[in-house]
Amino acid sequence: MKLKTALLATALTSAAFAVSAQEVTVMSWGGAYTKSQVEAYHKPFTAETGIKVNSVDADNPATPIKAQVEAGNVSIDVADVEFSDAVRLCDEGLLEEIDPAILSAAPDGTAATDDFIDGALQDCAVANIVWSTSVAYNTANVSMAPSSIADFFDTGKIPGKRGLRKSAKATLEMALMGDGVPANEVYDVLDTDEGVDRAFAVLDRIKSDIVWWEAGAQPPQLLADGEVVMSTAYNGRIFNAAVAEGQPFEIMWDGQILDFDLFVVPKGAPNKDAAMQFIAFSTSTQALADQAKWISYGPARKSSGALVGLYQDGKTEMAPHMPTSEAALKNALVNNFEFWVDKDAELNERFNAWLAN
Amino acid sequence: MALPKHASPLERVWHYTYLVICALIFLFLIAPILVIIPLSFNAEPYFTFTEKMLSFDAEGFSTRWYDLLLTFGMLEPEAPRDGSWWADAWANAQWIQATKNSIIIGFFSTILATTLGTIAALGLSRPEMPGRRAVMAILISPMIVPIIITATGLFFFYSSIGIQDWGIPYLGIILAHATLGIPFVIITVTATLVGFDHSLTRAAANMGADPVTTFFKVQMPLILPGVISGALFAFVTSFDEVVVVLFVGGLDEQTIPRQMWNGIREQISPAILSVATILVVISIALLTVVELLRRRSEKLRGLSPG
Amino acid sequence: MTDIAQPLTTADGKPLKGALLRAQARARRRAFLLVLPLLAFILITFVFPIGQMLYRSVYNEGFTWHEDVTSGDRTPLMTNLADWFDANPPGTVPDEAAFAALAADLVTLRDLKAPGQAGTRINYELSGSRSMFTKAARSAKKLEPPYKEAILELDKDWGNPELWQAMRGASSSYTTNFYLAAIDRERDASGAVTMVPENRQVYVKLFMRTLTLSLLITFLTFILAYPIAHLLATLPLRHSNLLMILVLLPFWTSLLVRTTSWMVLLQSQGVLNDTLVGLGILGDDGRLQLMYNRAGTVISMTHILLPFMVLPLYSVMRMINPSYVRAARSLGATSWTAFRRIYFPQTVPGIGAGALLVFILAVGYYITPALVGGADGQLISNLIAFHMQKSLNWSLAAALAALLLAGVLLLYWLYDRLIGIDNLKLG
Repeated sequence: MKLKTALLATALTSAAFAVSAQEVTVMSWGGAYTKSQVEAYHKPFTAETGIKVNSVDADNPATPIKAQVEAGNVSIDVADVEFSDAVRLCDEGLLEEIDPAILSAAPDGTAATDDFIDGALQDCAVANIVWSTSVAYNTANVSMAPSSIADFFDTGKIPGKRGLRKSAKATLEMALMGDGVPANEVYDVLDTDEGVDRAFAVLDRIKSDIVWWEAGAQPPQLLADGEVVMSTAYNGRIFNAAVAEGQPFEIMWDGQILDFDLFVVPKGAPNKDAAMQFIAFSTSTQALADQAKWISYGPARKSSGALVGLYQDGKTEMAPHMPTSEAALKNALVNNFEFWVDKDAELNERFNAWLAN
Repeated sequence: MALPKHASPLERVWHYTYLVICALIFLFLIAPILVIIPLSFNAEPYFTFTEKMLSFDAEGFSTRWYDLLLTFGMLEPEAPRDGSWWADAWANAQWIQATKNSIIIGFFSTILATTLGTIAALGLSRPEMPGRRAVMAILISPMIVPIIITATGLFFFYSSIGIQDWGIPYLGIILAHATLGIPFVIITVTATLVGFDHSLTRAAANMGADPVTTFFKVQMPLILPGVISGALFAFVTSFDEVVVVLFVGGLDEQTIPRQMWNGIREQISPAILSVATILVVISIALLTVVELLRRRSEKLRGLSPG
Repeated sequence: MTDIAQPLTTADGKPLKGALLRAQARARRRAFLLVLPLLAFILITFVFPIGQMLYRSVYNEGFTWHEDVTSGDRTPLMTNLADWFDANPPGTVPDEAAFAALAADLVTLRDLKAPGQAGTRINYELSGSRSMFTKAARSAKKLEPPYKEAILELDKDWGNPELWQAMRGASSSYTTNFYLAAIDRERDASGAVTMVPENRQVYVKLFMRTLTLSLLITFLTFILAYPIAHLLATLPLRHSNLLMILVLLPFWTSLLVRTTSWMVLLQSQGVLNDTLVGLGILGDDGRLQLMYNRAGTVISMTHILLPFMVLPLYSVMRMINPSYVRAARSLGATSWTAFRRIYFPQTVPGIGAGALLVFILAVGYYITPALVGGADGQLISNLIAFHMQKSLNWSLAAALAALLLAGVLLLYWLYDRLIGIDNLKLG
C-alpha cells in the first residue's frame, strides 16, 4: 500500500515537473530590439511562470511563418511582425485567433480593449510597440544636418551616400513626402499609377548613391563605417547606437513613418497555451513600459505611457526619443496597413525590376 | 623552377616579372584572411579600423570579442569565473553550442559521405559498369544544382515527412550535408582509382583472398590518400555550409556558419572575426603539421625529391 | 581428329560463350551493386525533393483547392466558376450566369477564409486583383441578384476581360504561366503571349547578367590561377606545399568571413581606399566604389572561387612531363612557341575542369551577391531566394530555378561531350 502511494506520488510529481518544464519560442528582429524584449518580457516571464523562453531572430519574422505553417513544420510559438504582415497572414488563415479576454486590464481598471491604442488589437494579433522608420545621420560625417525629408533625396545639397531599406514599403512613401506630398495625401497619390511613377522618379535622382540594407542592425554599421552619411533606420536601433555605444548619430523626425509591431501565434504552434500566456504577460501595462527602458519604441497601451521614465542607464530621459513625442509627430505618416496588404506583391515586383535596371 | 643557364636577357626579365605576378596573386589570396586578425581585436563593435587602432594606441584593442564567444547566451555571464561559470558556458554559450553542433554534424556527414562515396567509386571505376555516364551525372548533381534550389527543396521534403519527429537529432542536416559532400568524395576517389593497377587485385585473388579482404588489405591502403582528400573536402563543405542550415536547421541546430550569419545581419558582431581567427590559426597549424610529418616520413624512407 | 565446328567449353563442360556472357553479366551486376546504395541515397534524399519542388512550377492550386492547415481537409474552390468556364469558350463576355457563379464561389471563399489565397493566385497574373477578392469576399453574403450589377458596383474592375482570362487560366491547377512569367511574358485578354510592361521586365535581364558575370569571373579566375598553378607544379615539393597553404587557407576559411573581410577592404572608407588616399593617389572624394555593386560581387567571387580553378590546374600540370618542353626548345622553338604549342594544349583538361566548376558554382551563388552586391550586383539566385522567402511566390521561384537548372545541365552535358567528366580531378 505504501509502495503504491509512493509510486503514485512520484508519478504525479514528475507529471507536474513535466508540465512546468514547458518552453515557448519567440521570434523577433534581432540586435538591440531582441535584447529589449529579452530584458523586459522574457526574463520576467520566466521568473514568474517558470516557462523557459527561447529567443530566435530573423530579418523579418513574418517570412518563415507561411512556409512553416504550410509545410506543417511549425517551430515558432510567438512571432513579432509588422502590421500589414499580421493582417495578411490572418486573412489567409495562417494565424491563431487571440481572444482579447486573456489580456490584462490597466492598473486603474480600464479594460484592455479600451487601453490599447486604436488599431492595436486585431483578430489574430496584439500590438506591443509603436516604432518608426526615420532618417538618421552621422553628425561627424554629414556636411550639414538635414532639416526636412526633402534633404534626404537631395545629394546636391548634402553630398554623400544614402542608406535605404530594400523594400517598397516605407521607401515609396518617403520618396513622395520628399517630393512635397503632404502626409495625409501620400497613400491616395501612391494608389495611382502616376503616383508610383512619381515615387520612382524621386528615387531615380539618388539611385547611384543608395546603399540598400535589409537587416535592422545594418544602418548603424553603415553610418559608423562612414559608408553612408544618412540612412533610414528603425529608430530604436539608432537610439541604442547613440546612447549605449556613444556613436554621434542623430535622428531627423521629419517624414518618419510610424507602424505597429504585433505579436502573433502561427497556426499549429507547438506550445499554443504557453504562447497565449506569454502574450498576455508581455502586453501588460508594466511589461510594455519596461521595454521602453531598453529601447526607444513607444508602448502600444495608453496606460504604459505614464510609466515610461528613464533609460536603463539611469540617466537618459526616454520621452524625447520616442517616435510618438510631440516634436516627432509634426510631419509623420502612419503606415496604412490596408494599402500594403493589397499592394505589397505588386509594388515589390515593380521595385525589384527598378532595382535590377 | 630554376632559370636555365641558357636563358636570354628577355627571358630573365620575364621570369622575374612572372615571380612578381605570382607574389601579387598570392597576396590577393591571403590579404583578406590576414586583415581579419587585427580586426578581431577591435575595441568597438564595428567592422572598421578605428583611429586608435591605426595609430597603434593600446586602447583601441581589446580581447572582448574572444570573451564574448564564451559568454554570449550564458545565463549568468557576470558571475565569477569558477567551475560553475564554465559549466554554464559549456551548456548555454551560443558559440560553444554552435561549435559542438558543427563538429557533430560535420563528423557524421563526412563518415556517411566517405563510406557511400568510396564504395560507389569502386563500382564506378570498373570498366563493366553499366550506364556509367548517367550514373556519374546523377551522383555529381548535388554539386551542380544551385544551392538555393537544394535548400528549399529539402526544406519542403523534410517537413512533409516530418523528419524532425523521428527522434534522431540533426538528422535532416546530416543527410543534406552528406549529399553535398558526396560529389567531392566521388571525384577524388575515382581520380585515384584511375591510376590504380588492377593486376594487384588479380594477384591477391590468385593467392586466395576473397573480395572483402582484397579491398581492405590491397586497395584501401593504396587509395587512402584519395579517400582522405575526399573526406577532407566533404568535412570542409559541411563545416562551412550555411544556406541549407538556414532553411532546414531547427532552432537548436545552429552551426558556426549560421551563427556567423547572425553576426553579420541580425547582431552585427565582430565575434565572428574572433571565430574566424581561431579557425585560421587551427588551419595553419594543421597544414604545417601535415607538411612536417610528410617531410619526416620522407627522411625516414631515405627519399627526398627536392 | 577434333571437330572444329564443335563449340568451345569451359573446364566443367559448359559452353564457353555462355559462361563468358554470364561472367560478364555478373561483373556488371557486382559493379552496379556497389554503386546502388549511394545511387538510392541520392535519388531519395536529393533528386526526389528537387523534383517535388520543381513540380510546383507547373502546379499551383491556389485557385482550385483549399487545404485546412490543422485538419488537412481539402475542399475544392471556385467550382461554379470552373463549370461556367467549361460551358463557355474563351473570349465569351461574362454574363449574369457567370457573375452568379462568381458570387456563389465568393461565399465559399469567405467561409473557408480563403479569399487571400485565391486572390493571390490571380494577383500573380494581374496586379491588384488580391485586394478585389478580399474586399468582395467581405461583402459576399450581402450580394443579391442581379449579380452582375451587384459585383460591378463593388469594383468595376470585375468586368475586366483580362481578369476573366486570368481566372479561366487559374481554374486548372496545371499551368505554364509561371514559366512565361520567368521569361518576362504574360497572357493578354485573348490568351496570346505578350511581353510584360517594360518597367516590370527583370528576369531575362538577370539571367543575362548572371551569365555574363559568371563568364567574367571564370575568365578572371583562369587568368589568376594559371600562373600560380604553374609555379606550384614546377617548384620542388617542399616549397610548393608551403605555398599551397596560401591557396588552401582561403579555401578552408568560412565563406561568410571572406565576404566580410572584402567588405572591410573595399568599402569607401575601407583599407584599400584609405591607403590610396593616404598615399595621395586618390583625392578624398574620388574614392573607388568597389563595394555594394557589381564590382564588389565580381572581386569577392573571384577570390572565393580561385582555389577551385587552381586545384584542377595544379593536378593536371603536375603530371606534365617537362622533357617535352625541353625537347621543343632544343629543336629551336622560342619559349613562347614551346609554351603555346606544347605546354598549353596539355593543360586544357585542367582548364576545362576548373572553368566548368567555377562557372557552375558562380551561377548558383547566393550568399556573396546578397551581402556585397548592392542593387546591380544581384544574380538570379538572389531573386529565386526573394520569391522563396519574401514574396512567397513558390511557383515562380520553382520556374526560375528550373530554367537555371536546365541551363546548368546543358553546360554539364556539353562539357562531358567535349572533355569528359572522368577527367575532373581536384589535386
